[in-house]
Amino acid sequence: MRPSLSLGLGLALAAALAAAVSLVWTPYDVTALSIADRLKPPSAAHWLGTDHFGRDIASMLMAGARTSIAVALVAVGIGMGLGVPLGLLAAARRGGWVDEVVMRCNDLVFAFPSLVIAILITAVFGPSAVNAILAIGIFNIPVFARVTRGGALGLWTLDFIRAAEVAGKGAARISVEHVLPNIANLLIVQGTIQFSLGILAEAGLSYVGLGAQPPTPSWGRMLAEAQTMVTLAPHVALFPGLAIVFTVFGLNLLGDGLRDLLDPRLRPRA
Amino acid sequence: MRRYLLGRLVSLVLSLVAASLVIFAVIEIVPGDPASYMLGLKASAETVAALRTQLGLDAAPPERYLSWIAGMARGDFGLSYTYKVPVSDLVAQRLTVSLPLAAYALALTALVAFPAGLLAAARRGRIADATVMGATQLGIALPNFWFAMLLVLVFALHWQIFPAGGFPGWEGGIAPGVAALTLPAIALALPQAAILARVLRSALIETEGQDFIRTARAKGLTRGQTMLRHALRNAMIPVMTILGMQFSFLLAGAIIIENVFYLPGLGRLIFQAITQRDLIVVESVVMILVFAVIVVTFAVDLAYAAIDPRLRRRA
Repeated sequence: MRPSLSLGLGLALAAALAAAVSLVWTPYDVTALSIADRLKPPSAAHWLGTDHFGRDIASMLMAGARTSIAVALVAVGIGMGLGVPLGLLAAARRGGWVDEVVMRCNDLVFAFPSLVIAILITAVFGPSAVNAILAIGIFNIPVFARVTRGGALGLWTLDFIRAAEVAGKGAARISVEHVLPNIANLLIVQGTIQFSLGILAEAGLSYVGLGAQPPTPSWGRMLAEAQTMVTLAPHVALFPGLAIVFTVFGLNLLGDGLRDLLDPRLRPRA
Repeated sequence: MRRYLLGRLVSLVLSLVAASLVIFAVIEIVPGDPASYMLGLKASAETVAALRTQLGLDAAPPERYLSWIAGMARGDFGLSYTYKVPVSDLVAQRLTVSLPLAAYALALTALVAFPAGLLAAARRGRIADATVMGATQLGIALPNFWFAMLLVLVFALHWQIFPAGGFPGWEGGIAPGVAALTLPAIALALPQAAILARVLRSALIETEGQDFIRTARAKGLTRGQTMLRHALRNAMIPVMTILGMQFSFLLAGAIIIENVFYLPGLGRLIFQAITQRDLIVVESVVMILVFAVIVVTFAVDLAYAAIDPRLRRRA
């Protein structure tokens, strides 16, 4: 395994582990306020220090990982769940009007400023983690539709698909039994990329107050709250940002590494 | 060539019509009545009804859609509910911040990305390449609003080279305005530069492997010469696609950065309009942004044809 892939896997697993452990244990209660301990720098008692309410930053980062991962993961699920079938359909009916409609709708979604629409959705339907998921998930649909169609189009010209057609299998059955397994690699790689973009988008939305609401900890909101205290206690702004950077960095390395690993053409020749 | 242009033009118009329908429909289903927002909680039902008539809100949806489109075609984007001024004035005023900011950020993006991408491609597989690639991975992972906070901490609060936020306007001269936009532009540009450098590198490496490059090398050009004269020109197609997308992104995507720096740009206007339910502003500004994206995409398509004669012939 390449070192960059191991690093990516390690960072992504660390974030996932922090989120999983936070379900049963965090060093401190994430909602416990302790004004006497506010804005303490990192110490043995509080590894990453405390925020303006005296809450333990390490504990909040662990619980925040849960929010980030949950939002990004479900948003990828929405994108895949709707985008992949649409892409398969477009490829099966390639050149036909169904294909045309699906792809034009895709182009249309791409023309919209995603961040502005996400902000509009969350502002209008109320800021919450669920609406953030929807806002991010909608823009994942065309991405997966396009990748699926692109991968599937090439397959439809190959002999083994022709053979399946001759054997009397319908387009739907061929799409599921033959096309889908052969584009799984592409989808895994794209899924990793959209997952990391989702974490960035969630951070952005909660930074402007439109993501998960208090008391649910979230990295973006921690940064928003830290902004006014950045001169007093830089660590309050530093650690949530680092958590985002390392998680997204890890996922991107993982995505690149997986692409190289799963695509035989990119594998270094032995 | 004429058929290619005509085809692109038809799809441009269709996209605009479809986009305007979607925006109108979304705004239609948004809960909350602008008239009652404007008048507050204590307003009587009659005053609200009167204002609704005055704003044209009681007309049927198709009628309102058509008058919205007709208005925009005349350059009349309606009246902001909260600011009580024409939306076109608001947008024009905000564009004096957003356009220079986007252009500044795009220039910085290209300034960083081109040398980095060329260096990485030229030194493919070596330490310089690995360093550039590692740095770009980090750059992509950087949330620009966090990077903005760090920039403010270092360059505005610690060293006090640039202002921490706000915008003095262009009346006081170019220099203070540019200074106010510098940190926001850097914060916007760095993650974009990382993306562009990666695209440029892989496009260059892709073309490097092609026969015409081998021919150029065989006739005696050095690697550096083939890269700058031949590979770069061919690599420009994907690079321009990304640049076009980035310009549209920077115009609208500055929404969070403009909030960090309290810049009175388009992003901040739309953010405030959304939170204040100033739907006419939201509707028109989103339409303008989508219009910008579609037109930039169109321009990039035309530029392809200018760069790549094969595209003209095929269409």
